[in-house]
Amino acid sequence: MNIEIAGENALIIYFGEQTDPATSAKVQQSVTILETELADKLIDMVPSYASLLVIYDMLRCDHLEMRSQLRKLLGQLEETNAVSGKIVTLPAYYSTESGPDLAALAKRAQLSIDEVINIHSEIEYRVYAIGFAPGFAYLGQVDPRIAAPRLATPRQKVPKGAVAIADQQTAVYPAVSPGGWNLIGLCPTPMFDPKAEPTMPVQVGDRVKFEPISRERFIELGGEL
Amino acid sequence: MSGFKVLQPGLLTLIQDAGRFGHHRIGLTNGGPLDMQAFKWANRLLGNPLNSTLLEVSIGGLVLASEVDTFLVVTGAEMPLKINGVEQDRWHAHRIRQGDRIELGFSKQGARAYLAVTDGFDIQHDFSSSATVSREGIGGLNGGKLQPGDYLPCSSNTKGQSFRLAEQHRPQYQDNINLRVITGYQQQAFSDVDKRMFFSSEYEVTDRADRMGYRLSGPEIKASMEGILSEGICHGAIQIPADGQPIVLLNDRQTIGGYPKIGSMISIDTARMAQQLPGSKVSFEEISIDEAHNLHCLAHVKFERTEPEDLGK
Repeated sequence: MNIEIAGENALIIYFGEQTDPATSAKVQQSVTILETELADKLIDMVPSYASLLVIYDMLRCDHLEMRSQLRKLLGQLEETNAVSGKIVTLPAYYSTESGPDLAALAKRAQLSIDEVINIHSEIEYRVYAIGFAPGFAYLGQVDPRIAAPRLATPRQKVPKGAVAIADQQTAVYPAVSPGGWNLIGLCPTPMFDPKAEPTMPVQVGDRVKFEPISRERFIELGGEL
Repeated sequence: MSGFKVLQPGLLTLIQDAGRFGHHRIGLTNGGPLDMQAFKWANRLLGNPLNSTLLEVSIGGLVLASEVDTFLVVTGAEMPLKINGVEQDRWHAHRIRQGDRIELGFSKQGARAYLAVTDGFDIQHDFSSSATVSREGIGGLNGGKLQPGDYLPCSSNTKGQSFRLAEQHRPQYQDNINLRVITGYQQQAFSDVDKRMFFSSEYEVTDRADRMGYRLSGPEIKASMEGILSEGICHGAIQIPADGQPIVLLNDRQTIGGYPKIGSMISIDTARMAQQLPGSKVSFEEISIDEAHNLHCLAHVKFERTEPEDLGK
C-alpha cells in the first residue's frame, strides 16, 4: 500500500499497479472501512482499478493525520480472495446494425463476428470503477483476442446503451455521449436512472455477464434502434 | 408561487449551491461555484446559510423580472448591476420589490458573478444538491443552463438581513496571475527540466476553458508515460495529455481519468483562475502541502472574521 498526495485535500492510496480482482477487492474493502471509520472527516471517495482517491475536510484534519489514519485502518488489509458483489446479467443485442464497429473489430482480430460475440459474452467481468460519466462502469478484463484500441477519431455521439470495447475494458454507455470506444452491440437495460432506486444496476466489485439476445428480444425489453 | 422570471438568461447562467458531494462512486462530479469565496459572500451578505442556492453568471447578459419582495446581492466579477435601469453597488444587498427589473451587464473584469436572494432559490435537489452540471444533465431546473422564460422560485421575505462588504475587502480580479500548485503523485513522469519549464513559464488561458477544465497553452511539457491506469481525479488536478498542454480540472471534471498529472492547484487559486477570460496569462508556483493547508485555514478564518457592514432591516 502506497499513499501519495493528490491535491490540497486529497490523498490517493495505491494498492497495486495491475488490474486484478484481488487488488480491486482491497479497494472495495477500504471503501467500506473508511465509510464507517472516517465518515466525519471525508468529503468523498473515488475507487478505481487499483487505487482509492480520498478527499477530506481540511478544516477537520490535515494530511499527516489523514495519512496516519489511513495507514492504521488499511495497513492490515487481509488478502481476501477477491470478495465480489452480486452477479448482474446484462442482455446485449450484438450485430452490425447495433454495433457499427463489430465487423471491423472481427476483421482486425481475424475472427468471425460470431466468435467475437461468443468471446465477449463468455467471460464474467468485474466492475472495476465507475466514472467518466454518471453510471459509466468500467468492466474488465476483456479477452486479449478481442481487445481493440480506441478509435483514432472519437464519435461525437455514441448511443445510449452501446456495448463497447477499449483495450481490455468493456462498458455500456449509460447515456448519449461522445466516445472513442469500439461499439459492438446495444444493451436495453438502463445503466443510470436518477429517479430509480438504486440508480444503477451495478456497483464497483459486482460481476457482470452479457447475454446475447435477438433483435426482437431487444425491442421487447424496451431497446431502441 | 413567488420568484423571478428569466427575461434573458445571458451567455451561461447556472443554478448552483456549494456542490454535490458523496456521489463520486456513481460517477457524479461536484458542480458548484467556480469561485467559492464570491459564492459564500453572496449568501453571507443576505444572512443566508452558506450553502443556499443562487445563480452563477458567466460573462453576463442576465435580465430578470421580480415577482417577489425580497433582498438581492451580486458578488464576483465586475458585471454592472442595474435595478430598474439605475446602476447599483455590488457586494451590497438591495431591497427588491415585485415588478423590479434586474440586469447584469457584461463583465469588465473577471468572468463569474454570483446573484443571490434572501433564503436562496427554492430548487429541488438531485442527489442532495441543486448544483447544475450540464454535462450530466443533473441539477438546476432541468439539468442545464437558464433559458428565457424560466421561473426561479423563491420565498417572499421583507424581514431579511442585508449587509454590504467594504471596498477594501472586495477581491480584485487581475490578469497575469500567479497560481499555486502542490506537486504529488506522478512526479516521476516528468523530468526536472520539464518541471522547471512548467514552473518558470507563462501560459495563456485558451478559449477551451470551461467548468470542466481550463486548457492552457504554452511551452510543451512532456510526460514520460502517455497514460496511467485510470484513477480518481481531484479538483485542481493538472493533467498533461499527449500534446503537452496543461489542463486544470475544475468542478465539472470527470471523476476518473488516465492522463499523468504534474500537480494540483489549490482551490483558492482555481477560483482566481476561473475568473480569467481566454487570452489571460498565468504562471505557476510550487508550494508545499503544509503551505496549502495554512493558506486554506487562513482564508477560512479571514472570511469568518471579516464583518460586513449591517444595512439594517
